[in-house]
Amino acid sequence: MVSVDHPMPATVILRLAVPARTDHLPGQHYVVRLVAEDGYVAQRSYSVASAPSDPLIELAVDVLPDGEVSGYLAEVVRPGDELQVRGPIGGWFVWDGTSTALGVGGGSGVVPLVAMLRHARDLGAGQRLRLVAVARTRAELLYAGDLEAFGATVAFSREPRADRPTGRLAAADLLPLIAGRDTVFVCGSPGFAQAAGALLLDLGVAVATVRVEQFGPSG
Amino acid sequence: MTRPTRGFVGRRRRDPLRVLPPGQYDIGEDWPVLTAELTPRIVAERWSVTVDGLVATPTTWTWAQAHALPPAEYRGAIHCVTTWSKFETHFVGVSVDTLFGVAEPLPEATFVVATSDTGYTTNLPLADLTGGKAWLVWESGGRPLTAEHGGPVRLLVPHLYFWKSAKWISRLTLLDHDESGFWERNGYHDRGDPWEEQRYQGD
Repeated sequence: MVSVDHPMPATVILRLAVPARTDHLPGQHYVVRLVAEDGYVAQRSYSVASAPSDPLIELAVDVLPDGEVSGYLAEVVRPGDELQVRGPIGGWFVWDGTSTALGVGGGSGVVPLVAMLRHARDLGAGQRLRLVAVARTRAELLYAGDLEAFGATVAFSREPRADRPTGRLAAADLLPLIAGRDTVFVCGSPGFAQAAGALLLDLGVAVATVRVEQFGPSG
Repeated sequence: MTRPTRGFVGRRRRDPLRVLPPGQYDIGEDWPVLTAELTPRIVAERWSVTVDGLVATPTTWTWAQAHALPPAEYRGAIHCVTTWSKFETHFVGVSVDTLFGVAEPLPEATFVVATSDTGYTTNLPLADLTGGKAWLVWESGGRPLTAEHGGPVRLLVPHLYFWKSAKWISRLTLLDHDESGFWERNGYHDRGDPWEEQRYQGD
């Protein structure tokens, strides 16, 4: 564990040195595995926020109320600690920078999109990637600076912007971005993914091009 | 045993009736929806399932025909590879044994690929689908299975990680060799036994 950062309430950013690491592809995740003295194990998956070029692995963790693993990562872990991790994992929700893509992320669903934009920057392939990031307010948008600097469409459901009134993700946010996309990546809570998926289908995006990653409670 | 993580105590339930496989936690009342693709809308009355491949009698059942078979149910836990386990689930449908009783697997059949309406696939040993271990289900918790959870009908194989319980089931194809399905090609285990913690390829 190299650094632990709390950029906002309910989020912790970890940067880890992983020995003999296999480079990941943007969109992949790592499993963090916590082991108690008696051998009890709790583990969860977290999307990688860093590009493969980053010497460290960056994980952005949503801290859930009563979260067994996220609570530990938010409150106990500190630089110098050793954490058991496994990865990179995942072959489906990945973008290697060689095709065109649209990423649509809500809440912590923006994390894999950030890995994508950082990788695109490394490759000089920024023109292949379009992003839409959704949060309630700018203060609650993870990696707001990275996303805005990249030129992502940023939509706030509870805060107006100069170029966009307050409101949930809408067809108007997506329509200018859907042309010529080999893949559309949708990432966020089940409710977000459902809503974004419905908008995309209504706009005529081909089902086979959409890849979904959703997490968190559905109830 | 691995070195313990400094300062980690964990939260665990001491209910002896709720035995968790290694690395899992009890999610309580929620039933998370995980998917790699958009949810299809399938009209129940137009749904059908086919059992084919290495069987004596390839057979297709419509919704009505499947409902005319002897009903069966499962009460118990399900385990997701993302580490949540849900206890006291209740699914109603038909046993896969009933379907195989009609289709009659050939002696050389050893593996199955389950295919969903969306094209999703998952593979598993035939032995994991027989002997009262698997069902096609259309009801969960006393209600029709919702589309996001795989309705109108999904495969249910609760003793394996739940990605093997293919949603929107449309076909079971029997083979004499193993053929990795969708998640298995994307890093996950060909069998997926939670008690052996077979989550990823190479476990």
